[in-house]
Amino acid sequence: MSGTVAGLLQVALLFLALGLVYRPLGDYMARVYSDTRHNRVERAVYRLVRVDPDSEQRWSTYAFGVLGFSFAGIALLYLLQRIQSILPFDFGRGDVQPGMAFNTATSFVTNTNWQSYVPETVMGHTVQLVGLTVQNFVSAATGLAVALALVRGFVRARTDRLGNFWVDLTRGTVRILLPVAFLFAILLIVTGVVMSFKSGVDVDGSTVATAPVASQEAIKELGTNGGGVLNANSAHPFENPSGWSNLVEIFLIAVIPVCLTRSFGTLVGNRKQGYVLLGVMGTLWTAMLAVIWVAEAHGLRPLEGKELRFGIPSTALFADATTGTSTGAVNAMHDSFTGLGGGGALLNMLFGEMTPGGVGTGLYSILVMAVIAMFLAGLMVGRTPEYLGKKLGRREVTCAAISILAMPAVVLIGAGITAVLPGTPGALNNPGAHGLSEILYAFASASNNNGSAFAGITVASDWFQASLGVCMLLGRFVPIVAALCLAGALAEQRKVPVTAGTLPTTGPLFASLLGGSVVLVAALTFVPALALGPIAEALQ
Amino acid sequence: MKNLLKQTGAGLRVLLVLTVIIGVLYPTAVWAVSRLPGLRANAEAVDTTLVAVPRDGDRWFQPRPSAATLPASGGSNKSEVNADYDTVVAERRAAVAQREGVSPDRVPQDAVTASASGLDPHISDAYAQLQVPRVARANGLSENAVRALVAEHTEGRGLGILGDPGVNVTALNRVLDAAR
Repeated sequence: MSGTVAGLLQVALLFLALGLVYRPLGDYMARVYSDTRHNRVERAVYRLVRVDPDSEQRWSTYAFGVLGFSFAGIALLYLLQRIQSILPFDFGRGDVQPGMAFNTATSFVTNTNWQSYVPETVMGHTVQLVGLTVQNFVSAATGLAVALALVRGFVRARTDRLGNFWVDLTRGTVRILLPVAFLFAILLIVTGVVMSFKSGVDVDGSTVATAPVASQEAIKELGTNGGGVLNANSAHPFENPSGWSNLVEIFLIAVIPVCLTRSFGTLVGNRKQGYVLLGVMGTLWTAMLAVIWVAEAHGLRPLEGKELRFGIPSTALFADATTGTSTGAVNAMHDSFTGLGGGGALLNMLFGEMTPGGVGTGLYSILVMAVIAMFLAGLMVGRTPEYLGKKLGRREVTCAAISILAMPAVVLIGAGITAVLPGTPGALNNPGAHGLSEILYAFASASNNNGSAFAGITVASDWFQASLGVCMLLGRFVPIVAALCLAGALAEQRKVPVTAGTLPTTGPLFASLLGGSVVLVAALTFVPALALGPIAEALQ
Repeated sequence: MKNLLKQTGAGLRVLLVLTVIIGVLYPTAVWAVSRLPGLRANAEAVDTTLVAVPRDGDRWFQPRPSAATLPASGGSNKSEVNADYDTVVAERRAAVAQREGVSPDRVPQDAVTASASGLDPHISDAYAQLQVPRVARANGLSENAVRALVAEHTEGRGLGILGDPGVNVTALNRVLDAAR
């Protein structure tokens, strides 16, 4: 069988697997967040931390909960890295330097998992498990919580309550992420992923680093986190040993963002509302897969930075999955991709991580984009726009605009300043247009909380550690606070009845409008920058 | 501001409790299951053939070039428009051609490009066949015998569709070790 046919069949198998779990997992997640009871573990947690699980929060308190929890997470993760030398399983790797520790703490708490460190020489097993793995879970659960709060904004009427962040956070962690991650961690060990507390293993006279990989690998993909336990990430045979494990990991990356559209449709009482979002996400995602696949198949050095066991199709599929979902795990070095292939991965992030986007983040991002799309449609026909029975007035559209524009502003300002700094050329690994792409990719990745890299760029300097850290924070929390403010405004409204003048949001017209808005916003903001980087390289 | 401080306090408490569940109990549980007889060898990478490291000498099949600094992993991150790296690739091509006694245009691509992990255990069938005469000579084996070993250690696609086929260098070299 030719590689292309095998690759296409693999994509079909992935779609089939996602299709099989779409209804049960989507409906299960909807039930988890609408359940009025608390299970025993959850009740114990609430009692220990002294929060009342049955008191609901206004949008501002919910937002303070997200921010407070995240700041606490950054502080604790920073501290753990700074005292690593006294923790077990550090193998003499010592305390992590302050700039790197700050960057890593913000990176994992914001679900970015940008890595300015080489795990095998910097990070011991304790920090990996007690620090990084924990944030892999809770940063994903935070994204889910914010998505659910926004959905409640559409569903509820005449209330200022959006739910309880601590309950949503705990449920997402305990009822969704933990059981799935546990099952798949075991499955990954079956495929050959390692789970060792040793520091290394002898291979024909050389030492190759090992780690407790499997437990982190499962949640790294499932939570669309992406931070590699080992430097080569999912290209490392200990993290991703075969074509089998590769497909399992791609499935894990996609499963929650995809199935969450079902949960959304279920919760708003019209499943078609979810299908249309999935249709838009899937169409753009598949288009980018085609771009990356074809580009990589026609490269000058197609195997540079790729693993032979994956080849072109399985590499392109992983690259599209990881950049379309804000995961950032890689099974190949994107820096060695062709101009067009690397540009495709970059554009996938610049769509704002909503095709299908990260766990929870993808759903709230595309809902915010839907508000923008309906606002544009309203301008065209001269009517007050509505979406899901809620009027989109000044406050709603302002919140949505801030949420959408935060990322492009941060990417372009960050990359622009960096490009003119005197120290920057020395940090680049490749000359010419590709060098600019390395800068652009870094800031796009950080600001979209993706975490993948054109990894040749050296980001150890204080400037990169600090500026990318700030980009991760702004790219994460400005859209979250704006989305929660939007949710608060929506929840306070009464429902407006559907009339003959209501634009239906379940058909191809809305789908085109929404997909068009995603592409248009990205194109209007990024075409000049892309022209100087990947497009210039592709034309060489 | 007071509300934010209050929420941060609650956040810290929630985080500490969740850390016990997902930062300690969860990995411990996964580790415990990984001690089961069928899984332990995978978990501890016992006699692993998942990674390849270069071995000096004509007796061994050589893996792909590596940009990794052991014990860490990693790729070159060189783009395809990079004149300096073109030179490196050309030098590798010449070196492989000389080692195997063939003309440079017969050297396949995987022999001159660095893998993503720097530990890629596989080489293409073309690169394996190129090395057969040298390896056979150095081990005192017939070329046919070595070719049979190559065929035996060629790994296909999972389910016939997952990933790409390749020859596992580490497994192949272990057999050569044992044959001595």
